[in-house]
Amino acid sequence: MASLVSPSVSLPTALRRARFAAAPLRRRRMPVVRAKVREIFMPILSATMTEGKIVSWTAAEGDRVAKGDSVVVVESDKADMDVETFHDGIIAAVLVPAGGIAPVGAPIALLVESEEEVALARARAQALSQGQPIESPPSDAAPAPAVEPPSPPPMAAPTKAIATPYAKKLAKEHRVDITGVVGTGPHGRVTAADVESATGIKPKPKAAPPSLPAAVAPATPVTAGAMLPPVPGATVVPFTTMQTAVSRNMVDSISVPTFRVGYSIITDKLDALYEKVKSKGVTKTLLLVKAAAMALAQHPVVNASCRDGKSFSYNTSVNIAVAVAIEGGLLTPVLEDADKLDIYLLARKWRVLLKKARTKQLQPVEYSSGTFSLSNLGMFGVDRFDAILPPGQGAIMAVGASKPTVVADKDGFFSIKNEMMVNVTADHRIIYGADLAAFLQTFAKIIEDPESLTL
Amino acid sequence: MYSTAMSLSAAAAAVASSSRPDAIRPAGLRFCGLRREALGLRSLQTSPQAVAARRSVVAAASAAENGTAGSGGFDYDLVIIGAGVGGHGAALHAVEKGLKTAIIEGDVVGGTCVNRGCVPSKALLAVSGKMRELRDEHHMKSLGLQVPSAGYDRQAVADHANNLASKIRSNLTNSMKALGVDILNGIGTIVGKQKVRYGKVGFPDNEISARNIIIATGSVPFVPKGIEIDGKTVFTSDHALKLESVPDWIAIVGSGYIGLEFSDVYTALGSEVTFVEALDQLMPGFDPEIAKLAQRILINPRKIDYHTGVFASKITPAKDGKPVLIELIDAKTKEHKETLEVDAALIATGRAPFTKGLGLENINVVTQRGFVPVDERMQVSNLYCIGDANGKLMLAHAASAQGISVVEQICGKDNILNHLSIPAACFTHPEISMVGLTEPQAREKADKEGYEVSVVKTSFKANTKALAENEGDGLAKMIYRPDTGEILGVHILGLHAADLIHEASNAIALGTRVQDIKFAVHAHPTLSEVLDELFKAAKVSSGVSSSVSEPVAA
Repeated sequence: MASLVSPSVSLPTALRRARFAAAPLRRRRMPVVRAKVREIFMPILSATMTEGKIVSWTAAEGDRVAKGDSVVVVESDKADMDVETFHDGIIAAVLVPAGGIAPVGAPIALLVESEEEVALARARAQALSQGQPIESPPSDAAPAPAVEPPSPPPMAAPTKAIATPYAKKLAKEHRVDITGVVGTGPHGRVTAADVESATGIKPKPKAAPPSLPAAVAPATPVTAGAMLPPVPGATVVPFTTMQTAVSRNMVDSISVPTFRVGYSIITDKLDALYEKVKSKGVTKTLLLVKAAAMALAQHPVVNASCRDGKSFSYNTSVNIAVAVAIEGGLLTPVLEDADKLDIYLLARKWRVLLKKARTKQLQPVEYSSGTFSLSNLGMFGVDRFDAILPPGQGAIMAVGASKPTVVADKDGFFSIKNEMMVNVTADHRIIYGADLAAFLQTFAKIIEDPESLTL
Repeated sequence: MYSTAMSLSAAAAAVASSSRPDAIRPAGLRFCGLRREALGLRSLQTSPQAVAARRSVVAAASAAENGTAGSGGFDYDLVIIGAGVGGHGAALHAVEKGLKTAIIEGDVVGGTCVNRGCVPSKALLAVSGKMRELRDEHHMKSLGLQVPSAGYDRQAVADHANNLASKIRSNLTNSMKALGVDILNGIGTIVGKQKVRYGKVGFPDNEISARNIIIATGSVPFVPKGIEIDGKTVFTSDHALKLESVPDWIAIVGSGYIGLEFSDVYTALGSEVTFVEALDQLMPGFDPEIAKLAQRILINPRKIDYHTGVFASKITPAKDGKPVLIELIDAKTKEHKETLEVDAALIATGRAPFTKGLGLENINVVTQRGFVPVDERMQVSNLYCIGDANGKLMLAHAASAQGISVVEQICGKDNILNHLSIPAACFTHPEISMVGLTEPQAREKADKEGYEVSVVKTSFKANTKALAENEGDGLAKMIYRPDTGEILGVHILGLHAADLIHEASNAIALGTRVQDIKFAVHAHPTLSEVLDELFKAAKVSSGVSSSVSEPVAA
């Protein structure tokens, strides 16, 4: 999501209050003013409302709206309310689809002023969700090549892409470009069934992704010989969709040559800073995210990835994916542009992402656009661990607990300091030992002198 | 069956007091004119006394005039050209009033409503409503039901509609015959003041004289130029109601209530629909708020898409394996926008009056775009015109109400029908109904005449009965004058909206004010509480008196 310049929409004064509260913080931290992408927020429709469900979008992505036009219908406990926009513009991206729930104040759509900006706002939203079935969580960021082989190569389609109304609806819902779908209906029209097969959506969506891993299989030695004999008394619970995806990703990573570098960091000053900011909703993890982002900004190679085995793929933004354990699985919501946003803003975004993750409302762009990952097991008391590198990224940082430790300084004096061990796993095809070590040194410097985190 | 009992008792009461001809009024169930006939001949046959009583009244009335011939030496007191709903309603009322009446019909009794309109379409909509419910897995599951996948037999559905139409048609015919209305077969033409000629093609004409003439020839589906109808792949509502086929993908040209009802039928039976609408908004005739909600409930979740602001400049039926081709041009710039390729096209662009060949030029009546221009008493020159032919309000019950109004005038009692009290309904699922003005119309009128309007709305989500059925989608709104309590308009979208509107239309017809009607009690739990909420939510300024006990008459 692009940076905010000013929020828009909604009538109740409660929301206007929220707007003013947030504004000064935001204004402080805008070194780069991107295209004016405004966010449309979930409005507060009643005093007790904490989240709202979107009944339907009156304006769709790409529609031009004028000030005062109703853009979305939100359900409150009493009735459905039409929410109008305060600004003219074009709906660039719908962040929460119809039927989705968003907390009050959370952005639900992006509004831009001109056509060019639409592409900008949408590019990121679209890039990683194109062609992906909605059901499956973190799958390859790589342009799902598995989707191509099953469907026949697009032959000369009949004149213009004539598609039936339901086919168009499905295509829009699943963000598929309908002009690329081959039509097999009468007179060559594109039917709903064609759209479904082109995107791998099964009409009864219960078991979607299994078909994908099969095609990606060539790289992975999954066929690891005979099945092991069952242990008596064991209960077999098949993987859920999410678990299947995680398993697949982990197996994929075996093919990447990784190495690990550890670092111990004194966190006394960080802990003191945390005490100061935690009342504003900033967590320890977020401070670490911000520090990592700032360090990555100075060491771009650690923020890169190797996608084809023979080149560096440098990323322009620093998007940190943070591992979150949820019931029955693992998700990695992404904080985009973590280096450019201040910790308070990061905290706000994080709360929204977390809520969405817990309620399974995360959009593909929100969990698969990461360029670097962070995993924190410190809350369990773990002192150190190393993480498996997720596919499509260059490095992942595993953070342990901060424990009081006896530390000797160079003059031979002992003291007790809080020490935390971090361990970074990186892809040695692009990140070399010295690169990683330098990154960690920068990271440690930022943590040990954390005032810069609050700038 | 409650209503059957009603009419039986009314008939019984009539027998007891046969000196009062007015008591035989079929319980005022007249607005569509069909109710009595829909009850079937049974109600008439089971009380032959009632029939005899009516006959004796008619005889007595005409005996009071100069013998069996109409007074003043005319063949008939009243001749009605067209035996549709309008004509039928007028005929029944006329007979009750003791007028010697004849009705001329050139095609089938019942006209559009019975044969090609209301009746068969409601049969199809009943089927589509049930299909939609049974196929809605989510809805069934939420009620705890398991329904194996439902299917339909197209021919059986078409037969249901056809049989219903035939039944109602014969009921209508028999009811008129039983009352002594002369049904004359042939095309009627006015040949001079109080002179009508009629005859079937190929047969000699008959000429009759009539003291009063009512034109009730109705309307036909309007087909804009450039559209080629073949009755199979490109057709109008006349053909569609026979349901000879269910196309995979049908384009409906026109998004008024006819197009909307058909989209409901076709999507429930498994077709996909594309609307082609010339104006910029779908459903332009509805109150805009209702239209927006209707779009959300009736269009967005269904397999329907639409093109607005375009005309279908040319439609070619399917032939030689090619699909139906529809060329769309921008409504304003007239430049070509795109060509649709669909399996069928339904033309629902409104109805044109059927007044050609009526001989209006013989009495110097000039039609306007085919409509007979009448005043508020349905009069033009020295004859009357009711129903679709005059274009005032093209609805079946409006036609018969106008007919009754005209007969009242013929009998010497002045009567001006208040069209704003006539409700209208669209029988989609959920239904839409309205009476009075839309909000923009009310506001415009208020601005001109210098008063305020207020609007109250309630949602069906707040209604217990609607929620019990899991049909909480819907909205009711009332536009009223806060200074006097006058109700200007009521619009409902929701379960059984077509039935609920009558409380509001009655209030408007009788001039009942909001501050009075809010004390009326509604049974719980019923859908009528939606209207109860509306009335109770309205705020009328305290200066206006509100008396509870006296009913307010117009």
